[in-house]
Amino acid sequence: MLFAKPLGQLGRSLWIEWRIALRFLADNPLQTFLISVAISVGAAVIVFITALIMGLQNNTIDKTLGTQAHIRIEATRQHNILSAAPHGQYLWVLESPRAQRLQTINNWQEVRDALDQYGVLTTVSPLITGPAFAQNGTARASIALMGIDPNRYDGIIKLQDYLRAGRFSVGASDVMIGSQLAEDLGLRVGDKLRLDAGDDRQAVSKVVGVFELGVRELDSRYVYTDLKQAQTLLNLPGGITMLELKIADIFDAEHWAQRFKKLTGLHVQSWMETNSQLLNALSSQSMTTQMIRVFVALSVIFGIASVLAVSVVQRTREVGILRAMGGSQQQILRVFLLQGGLLGLAGSALGVLVGYSLVQLFNTMSELLFVIRLEPSMLLSAIMISTAAGVIAAAVPARRAAQYDPAVAIRYV
Amino acid sequence: MSNSQLTVSQITGQAVLQLDKLNKIFNADTPLQNHVLHDVSLRVCPSELVALVGTSGSGKSTLLNMMGLLDVSTSGELRIQGHLIQGMSEQQRTQLRSESIGFVFQFHHLISAFSVLDNVLMPLMLRFGKPSKEQIEYAEHLLNEVGLSNYIAQSTSRLSGGQQQRVAIARALVTRPALVLADEPTGNLDTQTADEVFALFERFNVEHQCAIVIVTHDPRLSARCPRTIRLTDGRIVYDGPSADLPSVFTVTP
Ligand SMILES: Nc1ncnc2c1ncn2[C@@H]1O[C@H](COP(=O)(O)OP(=O)(O)OP(=O)(O)O)[C@@H](O)[C@H]1O
Ligand SMILES: [Mg+2]
Repeated sequence: MLFAKPLGQLGRSLWIEWRIALRFLADNPLQTFLISVAISVGAAVIVFITALIMGLQNNTIDKTLGTQAHIRIEATRQHNILSAAPHGQYLWVLESPRAQRLQTINNWQEVRDALDQYGVLTTVSPLITGPAFAQNGTARASIALMGIDPNRYDGIIKLQDYLRAGRFSVGASDVMIGSQLAEDLGLRVGDKLRLDAGDDRQAVSKVVGVFELGVRELDSRYVYTDLKQAQTLLNLPGGITMLELKIADIFDAEHWAQRFKKLTGLHVQSWMETNSQLLNALSSQSMTTQMIRVFVALSVIFGIASVLAVSVVQRTREVGILRAMGGSQQQILRVFLLQGGLLGLAGSALGVLVGYSLVQLFNTMSELLFVIRLEPSMLLSAIMISTAAGVIAAAVPARRAAQYDPAVAIRYV
Repeated sequence: MSNSQLTVSQITGQAVLQLDKLNKIFNADTPLQNHVLHDVSLRVCPSELVALVGTSGSGKSTLLNMMGLLDVSTSGELRIQGHLIQGMSEQQRTQLRSESIGFVFQFHHLISAFSVLDNVLMPLMLRFGKPSKEQIEYAEHLLNEVGLSNYIAQSTSRLSGGQQQRVAIARALVTRPALVLADEPTGNLDTQTADEVFALFERFNVEHQCAIVIVTHDPRLSARCPRTIRLTDGRIVYDGPSADLPSVFTVTP
C-alpha cells in the first residue's frame, strides 16, 4: 500500500518511455532487424552449445553410473595397531600394510535401516562380494561372486533391462552370469556350473539368466546369486561386505559420503572419489562451455552497445526536442535502456527459437548418439539474461544521451 | 492590445520572466572563451508579446535558451514566475520548464517517428504519461485552431514547412504555458506563410493569455509586436515600444 502510489506514478511515467523506445526502434526497422538477428545468433549458439554439452554430460554420467552405486559403504579397513610411544619419546616404525581379508559390516541390518530413513537416498542395497572360480567341465574362470537382495538391488542396476537370455532370478541354486563369462565357459541358460570359493566351499548352480551390462570387465566376471548362497560360499555367515547407495542428486554424493562416514565410522566412498578422472573431464567441459557462453554474451553485449551508440548520435536532435518539451534526463536514460532491453528480448526470443530448432534437428539426425533435452527453465533464463544484458549494454550510450546539453542538441540538424 | 494596457500589467502583475544582470560566457577560462551576453536585465509580464531582434551572432538564441532553462547563465539571476533559477537542480529546472514554458524552433523540430497528434501531445505525455480524454480533445482543438484538423493522424514528414511550424505552435501551447519562446519560427517560411504563422502567435497571445518572446529577423513582424528588445553583441541596446525603435536599427544587415 505504501508503495502503491509511487509505483503507479512510475508506471504512468514509464508509459511514454515505452512508447518512445518502441517508436524509435520501429522508426529504423532495418537497423533493429539486423541487430536482433545478431543477438539471436548469439543466443542460439549459447542455447545449442549448452544443451549439447549438458546432453553429452548426462549421457556420460548415465553410462558410467548406470552400472555403479553412487556411494559404497564397506567395513573399516584394517590397519596396524601400534602401542603408544613412551612418554616424551617418539616412535619410529616401519609399517607393512595389513592384508585386507573379507570383512563383514557389523550390525549391517541396523545401518541399512538407519540409512533407509534418509530421504535423499533412493536405494540402500546390501551386497556380499568376494572372489571365486566358476567351472564348467575343464574350463575355469575367475569371477566376482555377487550376493544380492534382489528387491533392493533393482535400484542399483536394473538387471531386468540388461538380460540377454533367461529370466531375472537369484536363489539357492540359481545364478545369473554375464554374457562374456557365458561365452568363455560355453554356458547357456539352463546349464549347470560349479562355483568354487576356495577352502573346499563349493556349490553347483543353474544358470537362469545371462545379462550384458556393456562393460566387458563386468560381463566377464559378475555372477549374481542371493545373499545366503554367497554368505555360505564366502564363509561370512549372516554378513555382507558392502552397502550400496543411490542418491537423488549425484553431485551431492561426496557430501553425503562424508556425513555417513562420520555417522557410521565405516569406510565410505562416493563415485566422485572413485571416478575423479570423469569428474575432472566433466568440470573442464563445463568450464569450456562457460567460456564460450561468456564470450558469445560479451560479443552480443558489445554489439548492442555499438548499435545504440550510433543510434544515440542519430537521435541527438530528438533528444534535444524531448528535453525542451519537458522530458527529464531520467526519462531519456530510460528510453535508451528500454531500447537495449527490448533488443535483447526480441533477439534472444528469436535466438531461443532457432536454438530449439537446432536441438530438435540434432535429435532427429543423431538419434543413436544421445538425446538432448531442453529445459524450459534454461530457455527462459537465456531470454532473461539476454534482456538484462541488453539493458546493461545500453547503459553507456543511454547515459550519454541523457547528458546531452539540450541547448546544443537542439542546434543539431 | 494597446500599449497602455501593457504598462498597467507591467506595474501591477508579477513578472513571468525576470532577468537581472545575466551573463553568459562560453568555454570560460579557456583560449576559446566567448562572452556572449553582458549584464542582460529585463522583465516580461503576463500576456506580453515581445520581439527579440539583433544581428546574427548577437546572442538571441543563447538568451532564449537561457530563458527556456535549456542552458544556464554564468552569472546573474533569472526568475520564472517568481522562482529563482540559480541554485535549482537540473531536475527542478526540467519540471519548471515542463510546467511553464513552451518552445517553437526555427526548424520546427517535430519528431518524425510520431504522428501529428502525438507530437502535439508529447509535452503532456512526458509529464503525465498516457494522455487523458480531455488532453487529447484539447490537442485536437489546438490543431483545429491552427487549421490542421485533417492531418491529426498523419506522419509529420508529409507536412509542408508552414504546416509543421503550426504543429510546433500547437505543441508549445498544449501545456497552457505562461511563457512561449519562439526562435525564428518564421525564418524558414515564405512571406505569406510567415505572416499566417505570425498571426497565430498574435491570436494565441490574446486568447491564451500567455507571454510570448519571439526572435525574428523580419522587421515587418517585429513591428507588429507591441514591444521590441534589441541585442547587439550580447548587450540590450533597445527595450521599448516597437514603434519607437530608432530607425537606425530597423535595417536588418
Ligand atoms: N555552445 C556554444 N559554445 C560556444 N559558443 C557558442 C555556443 N552557442 C553559441 N555560441 C556563440 O555565441 C554567440 C551567439 O550565438 P547565438 O546563436 O546566440 O546568436 P544568434 O543571435 O541566435 O544568431 P543567429 O541570428 O544567427 O541565430 C555566437 O558567437 C556563437 O558562436
Ligand atoms: Mg539563433
